[in-house]
Amino acid sequence: MRQIWWRLLCIFLLGFAAIFSLVAPLGPGLIHVDDPNLVSGIQERMIIGYNTHFEAPDNELQVFLAQDSVYLCTEIVRTDSDNRVVVKFDIPPTLPNRNFSVYVNNTVDGTLLLQNAFFANGSKADLNAELPGCEVSVSNNENTLFGFPFQPTIFETIRNLMFHVPMWFTMFVLMFMGFWSSIQYLTSSKPIFDARAEAAVKVGIVFCILGLLTGSVWARFTWGAWWVSDPQLNGALITFLIYAGYLILRRSIEDENKRGRVAAVYSIFAYLILFILLMILPRFTESLHPGKGGNPGFNSYDLDSSLRMVFYPAVLGWILLGVWFYSIQIRMNRIQYWLFYDEKI
Amino acid sequence: MMRRFSIVLSIILATFAVPINAVAQELTTLEEYMYSSGKMNVVIMVVFIILVGLYIYLFRMDRKLKQLEEEVKK
Repeated sequence: MRQIWWRLLCIFLLGFAAIFSLVAPLGPGLIHVDDPNLVSGIQERMIIGYNTHFEAPDNELQVFLAQDSVYLCTEIVRTDSDNRVVVKFDIPPTLPNRNFSVYVNNTVDGTLLLQNAFFANGSKADLNAELPGCEVSVSNNENTLFGFPFQPTIFETIRNLMFHVPMWFTMFVLMFMGFWSSIQYLTSSKPIFDARAEAAVKVGIVFCILGLLTGSVWARFTWGAWWVSDPQLNGALITFLIYAGYLILRRSIEDENKRGRVAAVYSIFAYLILFILLMILPRFTESLHPGKGGNPGFNSYDLDSSLRMVFYPAVLGWILLGVWFYSIQIRMNRIQYWLFYDEKI
Repeated sequence: MMRRFSIVLSIILATFAVPINAVAQELTTLEEYMYSSGKMNVVIMVVFIILVGLYIYLFRMDRKLKQLEEEVKK
C-alpha cells in the first residue's frame, strides 16, 4: 500500500476528536431560575446551575442580582445540591429597570452569569429610582477546571462543533478539488481530470447532505425550528441543489468529450457560486451562525482554547477521511472508464 | 438510482425551507427527551446521523463495486 501514513493519521485524529469531544466535561453555568417573575417585597427563589459545585468544601458562595452596574445583595438560604441554591432578596417597589441578571460567584467555578434571569412584574419602572446597592467585590474568578465553555441555550450541543462544522470544511476541500480538476481538464483534455472532478463532487455532496441534516437537527433544539431563513442555511441548500444538478447534468450527455467540457465549465461556476453563497453573502446580512454578519476576524472570541484543541484535529481528520473516500471513488471511476471505453486513464 | 435519490432528498429539504414559527411553550415528548441532561441527546443524534450517512455511502459503494466485478468477469 502506497502512502499509508495519512490514513493512519486520519484514524488517529478522528478517534482523538470523537473521544475527546464526547468525554470532555462541559464547563459550569446557570440554566434557569425556578420562577422568573418577581413582585416587590421579600422573595425566595431557586437558581439552577449545570455542572456547578455549590456544595464544594470551603467554597465561598456569593449570589447577587444585577442591573447594568448596580447590584442587589442576596442572602443564601440553603444549597439543595451542587446545582441548586436558594436565595432570598428584597425587591423595592420602584426600579430603574425591570430586568435582573444573576451572578453567582464561587471559588471553584468562577463567576457565573445568567442574563435577564428575573423580571419584576409588580414594581414600578422609574429611570431615576435608585437601587439600594451592594458592595460587591467582583473577583474575576476564572474557572480552573478543564471543560468546554458553557453557552446559554447551547449547553452540551457545543460538542456538535466537532461534528457538524468539519462536514462543511471537508465539502469545501472536495469541491475545491473538483474545481481544480475541472480547470486542469479544460486546459489538458485528459479524461483522468474529468474522472477526478466527478469523484470529488460525488464525495463532496455526501458531506454536504450530512452537514445539512446535522445542522437541521442542531437548529431544531437550539434555535427552535428545523429550518430558519438564514442566509447561511439557504446558501447551503442552494449549493446542494447546484451540485446535485452537476451530477444529473453529467448523466444527461452521452458524448464523452462534450460531457467533460460542459461539466467542467459548470463545476467551475458552481464552485465560485458556492464560495459566494457560503463565504461572502452571509457576512453582509444578519445570520444566526457565529462569526457571520460581520468581520470574521472577530471570530476568535467564539472559540476558546479547549475547543480549538479538539476542533482543529477534528477538521483535519474529517478532511483526510473525505480525501480517502475520494481516492476510493477515483479508483472505481477509473475501472469504470476502462470497462466502458476499453482504454486506461 | 443516484438521480432518484437526489430528487427525493431535494423535495424533503425543500419542505424544510418553509419557516416554522417556534411556539415552544408546551414541550412535546421529543423536545423533553432532547432537552434533558443538558441537550446531550442532540449530540448523540447528530453523531448517529453522520454514522448512518457514512454507512449508506459505504453500502452504495459496495454494491457498485460488485457490479463492476461482475462486468470484469464477463
